[in-house]
Amino acid sequence: MDLIVEGIKKAFSLIFTLDAEVLGITLLSLTVSGLATLISMFLGISVGTAVALSRFPGRRIVVSLINTGMGLPPVVVGLFVTIFLWRSGPLGFLEILYTPTAIILAQTVIAAPIVTGITLAAIQHLPANLRLQILALGATRVQTVWLLAKEARLPLLAAVMAGFGGVISEVGASIMVGGNIKGYSRVLTTATVMETGRGNFDIAIALSVILMLLVFLVNAVLTQIQQRERPR
Amino acid sequence: MKPETNPDALLRAERLLVHRGGVTVLDIPALDVFEGQVLVLIGPNGAGKSTLLLTLAGLLKPSRGRLLFRGEEIDAAGSGYRRRIAMVFQEPLLFDATVFENVAAGLKIRGRGRAEIGRTVPEYLERFGIGHLARRSARKLSGGEAQRTSLARAFVTKPEIIFLDEPFSSLDPPTREGLTGDLERILRETQTTAIASTHDQTEALRLADRIAVMNGGRIAQIGPVAEVMNRPVDGFVASFVGVETVLPGRVTRVSDGVFTAAVEGGEIEAVGRVRTGEGVLCCIRPEHVTLSTNIPPPGSSARNVFSGRILKIVAIGLFHRIHVDCGFNLVAYVTRQSLESLSLEEGGDVIASFKATAVHVIHRGGPLPAPPC
Repeated sequence: MDLIVEGIKKAFSLIFTLDAEVLGITLLSLTVSGLATLISMFLGISVGTAVALSRFPGRRIVVSLINTGMGLPPVVVGLFVTIFLWRSGPLGFLEILYTPTAIILAQTVIAAPIVTGITLAAIQHLPANLRLQILALGATRVQTVWLLAKEARLPLLAAVMAGFGGVISEVGASIMVGGNIKGYSRVLTTATVMETGRGNFDIAIALSVILMLLVFLVNAVLTQIQQRERPR
Repeated sequence: MKPETNPDALLRAERLLVHRGGVTVLDIPALDVFEGQVLVLIGPNGAGKSTLLLTLAGLLKPSRGRLLFRGEEIDAAGSGYRRRIAMVFQEPLLFDATVFENVAAGLKIRGRGRAEIGRTVPEYLERFGIGHLARRSARKLSGGEAQRTSLARAFVTKPEIIFLDEPFSSLDPPTREGLTGDLERILRETQTTAIASTHDQTEALRLADRIAVMNGGRIAQIGPVAEVMNRPVDGFVASFVGVETVLPGRVTRVSDGVFTAAVEGGEIEAVGRVRTGEGVLCCIRPEHVTLSTNIPPPGSSARNVFSGRILKIVAIGLFHRIHVDCGFNLVAYVTRQSLESLSLEEGGDVIASFKATAVHVIHRGGPLPAPPC
């Protein structure tokens, strides 16, 4: 019990003293996962809406693949992204393995199917004729997608939250493609794993508390947007 | 063969075909919609009314054929044509926003300025009697209020043609009655060209300048209201436009334009150009049948008088539908007052009569015989 209390004390001490290393790790985590979520949001909402609104042969298989992608294990993603980015791999020429960019890429692979899957379900859940009604109001295709997304904004923000939650908390892919390099590609989850392995439980607990605070704050902001006052 | 269309038509469909799953769900060789007129499509479920409306509105690409709007072919892929029309569906399909924002949606999509929106939207909110609901969430409206909002959203864009796909079918009768009246008034006031589909015959009669009866993806008959209602071209149209008695028969005698047709269980006198031995359908509208308890009805010119027994009495709104067995089944409408004063009841005897001129005759197979020289 003392270990946990000490850990929490340490966490607040690290936060309030603005420890440079912890601040750097926190900012990198936020940046990497934030960018991955942003990219996933654009990809996921576009692809999810397109699949939801179109009918083509093999659509069910595509939907099944998207749904399967929602449960992709981060270590599997980490493995394949590593292979792709390996010097002799298909994307080896990019030379981004063991960089924050590689973590962003891996986290995008994890988050995009989550956002796509929830978007697909959200758009399909809208009334069948709503798209036709919007078109009949004279909307262009872009306006139609925008208005549909606006109508499904509650589940779409939930999709973004789920995507962010999935990547900020994953460790397998980040450690495999980022390499957990101090001051360069170390993020909160990889640092926590490392400190736990070293037996530095107080620092590991401190990092976990910071991670949870970060998740809480980001989700609180998104929830605020999601639950913004609606017309009475 | 070139389809027969009118060059003055506002909207013209030529050789429209829509296939779905290998089945032809719409087959319209030619259809003209004229400016300022209201065309009402009626027909059973699956007749193709909604498919026709969606195709004409440019929301469904036909498998074949073309649409001309003011003489120019419509480009269904662009938003140009869709910005000149409006459509109202059976469900109001409102956005999760205020009533005002919903009504303003079409104008915003068209990029109209705030000043115009602020000026025009309140005018249409008032026109549809929902001015007091402007700030209310569309999610908190009753069915009637929501459909009024949907109509205001469509009309505020001042469409050149408006498509109405059974807009009141999910509403309760009093609300539907009120909305039909308002729609009728606004269509006349704004002189908006409209194509509406409905199951409700009364609604069709109130709104329509022309009626098209659809069946199996085709237009079975199209024409002015009186023509379609009084001179249906076949048994299907007759039964659908409310001619509740359709009797197949054969002409047995012809004399001075009046003929007698033998129908199952009796004989009917009617007026028409027929030949002895010809097969006919005798159509009698229920409002043309008179019921009484005296024989013969005093002072009546009715040439068809039958005694019969009342099989069934069904209350339908302000009047009653009476099914009478006269050897054949004859349907009549009577008011509640007549029902009471004549003491009509199921199983009771009654005299049914109608004039020979009230019988609409449909020739079964083959064209009309040539008029006498």
